[in-house]
Amino acid sequence: MVKRAVNEFVKGLWEEIPPFRLVLGLCPTLAVTKTVENALGMGMAVIFVLTCSNVIVSAVRNLIPKQVRIACFIVVIATFVTIVELVMQAFTYPLYLKLGIFIPLIVVNCILLGRAEAFASKNGVIYSLADGLGIGIGYTLALSALASIREIFGYGTFYHISVFGPSFKPFSFMVKAPGAFVCLGLMLCIMNMFKKK
Amino acid sequence: MRDILKLFLAVTIFSAISGGLLAFVRSATQARIEYQQLKFVKGPTLKEIMKGCQNDPIVDRFKVKCGKKEKTIFVGVFNGKPKVIALEAFGKGFHGDIGVMVGIDVTTDKILGIGVTTHGETPGVGSRVKTDPSFRTQFKGVSVNESVKVKADGGQIDAVTGATISSRGVCKAVNNALALYKKLKPEILKRLKNFKSKKLSS
Repeated sequence: MVKRAVNEFVKGLWEEIPPFRLVLGLCPTLAVTKTVENALGMGMAVIFVLTCSNVIVSAVRNLIPKQVRIACFIVVIATFVTIVELVMQAFTYPLYLKLGIFIPLIVVNCILLGRAEAFASKNGVIYSLADGLGIGIGYTLALSALASIREIFGYGTFYHISVFGPSFKPFSFMVKAPGAFVCLGLMLCIMNMFKKK
Repeated sequence: MRDILKLFLAVTIFSAISGGLLAFVRSATQARIEYQQLKFVKGPTLKEIMKGCQNDPIVDRFKVKCGKKEKTIFVGVFNGKPKVIALEAFGKGFHGDIGVMVGIDVTTDKILGIGVTTHGETPGVGSRVKTDPSFRTQFKGVSVNESVKVKADGGQIDAVTGATISSRGVCKAVNNALALYKKLKPEILKRLKNFKSKKLSS
């Protein structure tokens, strides 16, 4: 049992890492990866919401009638997203201002409903917890990786700390929208190269 | 029929639980959210006005009834006494309302300082009413019984060059704040008498 739980956790970190392998949740992946700080904030929010909603959905999976399961899942997810939004406003207001609309938009993020429907509604609580944590952390890692590349080349900083010194001319294409697409595309390409081997 | 009832019940119960939970979280975080919003939206302006105060004016705020609405009053402590209050008022600018925070010394009834909090003025032109310190400082020392006007209207304030309408908007907001202060003064003084700062820094 422990081994399976560990497997469910680990698969989210590489094998099924959401933006690269499942190619889900791309909207925030492209939008909030200008800086590592934003990416980490977004990642934390997703970890919390995904883990909680996975656990709740799997705990009540036998009580929900089949016909209305999607509606119930969305209610669960939306509840946790709203909690995250309120807590963020109360404790990390500047981050909340930066992430803006993308926090409430976690509700319609495909990863969450996808995990609830494809995994949590068919598996036990502990496996769902492991799955939620794994996928959430994988998502955070992926966002951070993308954000690191974009921030280092686009602003010349990493987590607001200067990397190249003052003589570096920022390559501002990287922090604009096209830079996000190009960067994500290259990363997907690299991931696929690994997969082929 | 029974099936429909079951579906209905499932969704209702789910929504009710989540609604209750959210109401609880909201009431638990409300005070802090209000504080954070004030701190990041009005905080910088307040700090400027109340330079050298010994407390946190956002923590030491209270609300005064003004007609049907409530007005938030921020209190600044100087030399251990609640000496300055600040309140926000609005005046019509070039693009929508300009919000101005006005700090008033209650012992002398004079303006201690003003600062623009929100505005939609043209960047680089009208927006200078917020950023230009020499415009701001002209309001210092004006008595609450005077009314402020730009020089073009026969008043005492030099308008920001090229932004007369924005400057007028600020004057209007300041006048509104002064009028509010005069109206609310008895209530404010009563509250200040029993005032005790929640957090004092030495």
